[in-house]
Amino acid sequence: MGEPHEAHSPAGERVGHVVPVHLTVGVGAFLLVMTVITVYTATQIDLGNLNLWIALVIAFAKGSAVCLYFMHLRWDSPFNAIVLIAALLFVVLFIGIALTDTSEYQPEIFDWQESGNVIIRP
Amino acid sequence: MSQVSVKQPGHEQGDDHPAHLAHHFDSSGQQFSSGKLGMWLFLATEVLFFGGLFVFYSVWRAHHPEIFHLGATQLDWKMGALNTAVLIVSSITMATGVTMAQLGRRKALQICLALTFLGGAGFMTVKYFEYSAKIQHGAVWGRAFDADKINDHIRHEAEGKPHETAVEGEAVEMDGAAHAGGQMVSVASRRDDFALEYQDIQLEVTRSAVQPAARGPAGLSETAAVQAPRGVVYADADTDPMTKDVATFFSIYFCLTGLHGIHVLAGMALIAWLFFRARAGHFGPGYFTPVDLGGLYWHLVDLIWIFLFPLLYLI
Repeated sequence: MGEPHEAHSPAGERVGHVVPVHLTVGVGAFLLVMTVITVYTATQIDLGNLNLWIALVIAFAKGSAVCLYFMHLRWDSPFNAIVLIAALLFVVLFIGIALTDTSEYQPEIFDWQESGNVIIRP
Repeated sequence: MSQVSVKQPGHEQGDDHPAHLAHHFDSSGQQFSSGKLGMWLFLATEVLFFGGLFVFYSVWRAHHPEIFHLGATQLDWKMGALNTAVLIVSSITMATGVTMAQLGRRKALQICLALTFLGGAGFMTVKYFEYSAKIQHGAVWGRAFDADKINDHIRHEAEGKPHETAVEGEAVEMDGAAHAGGQMVSVASRRDDFALEYQDIQLEVTRSAVQPAARGPAGLSETAAVQAPRGVVYADADTDPMTKDVATFFSIYFCLTGLHGIHVLAGMALIAWLFFRARAGHFGPGYFTPVDLGGLYWHLVDLIWIFLFPLLYLI
């Protein structure tokens, strides 16, 4: 497969790409720092709805680091990454359609709730 | 260890392939890449698995944001952050373990796997404390949700803490400008003073465009959420913030973190299996696929928690 940084064991076996330990630890440190930033911005700074998006952006950055480095996608065959991204796209589709569908009929629900024909069971 | 000279059935004529190489593969490299692809396909199904629960989260968050703000006050973000750190460190040790296997450093591999396992155990321990606290306070799913019990708990916590600005025993009256008897009431910090701020607040609450659940607090409009300290804004505020409808938040919480916890336990079992195989010397530079694939699973578990933590605890 012609991967870069190909290594061979003393017995001549193909080991493939080896992630250096310092890179693993470095990415881990990045993740911990981003966690601190997430917690800080969420608990100390109030930006209303922006808080949600900041948290998601940071989570996305952390997730990318995990996928690319810890899960080795950066040095793998691109097809593996395509599999993951396809799964994520389907989740987005799933959430998106569920949201548009439920949002579509909220007015009807409001009308029904306000109509007085509602029996509320405790 | 990959060159085992035991004659397996069907190998009587002699066969010079390593023991781990299955016959339907041309080379170890091809076998490894195929294994990896198969593992990624499985991880894709896991992503969709959790995706269903994220749909649950998204739909409820879009239409009933108030229960998230209310419910999150019962979650301790410090424990969540600790869990996040523990999982990240365990991912570091897992990835290092894979490198150790590739380099043939067997002892180091075993240590890394053991540390990863301990990380998972630590995570489940913190989870145990969180869950038991919630169950004790009645903050559980669906019909088991006990709003009164939680309100009592909130009240007890509030009484235990001195209010920042009010004199003890004095009722705090606040008008829209959030003044109390001449003293400026500090805007509640995100979590701690939630219950105490729950006094008679005459806020101009723009009623949310989203109708609340049949019996629930008024929804939080964007205006109100930005103007007021989070978790405070009920125009008909009384001292009992929790209502029956917040039960759904805890359903979401327990479903998501519970399923994730089950995956952590499964991952721990996997790592224990890898540890014993590593101790038996099964892994080395020629064959480390199970360590690699087990690592992928563990990283996925970490990845999911990275998204769960902010979505449940922090916002």
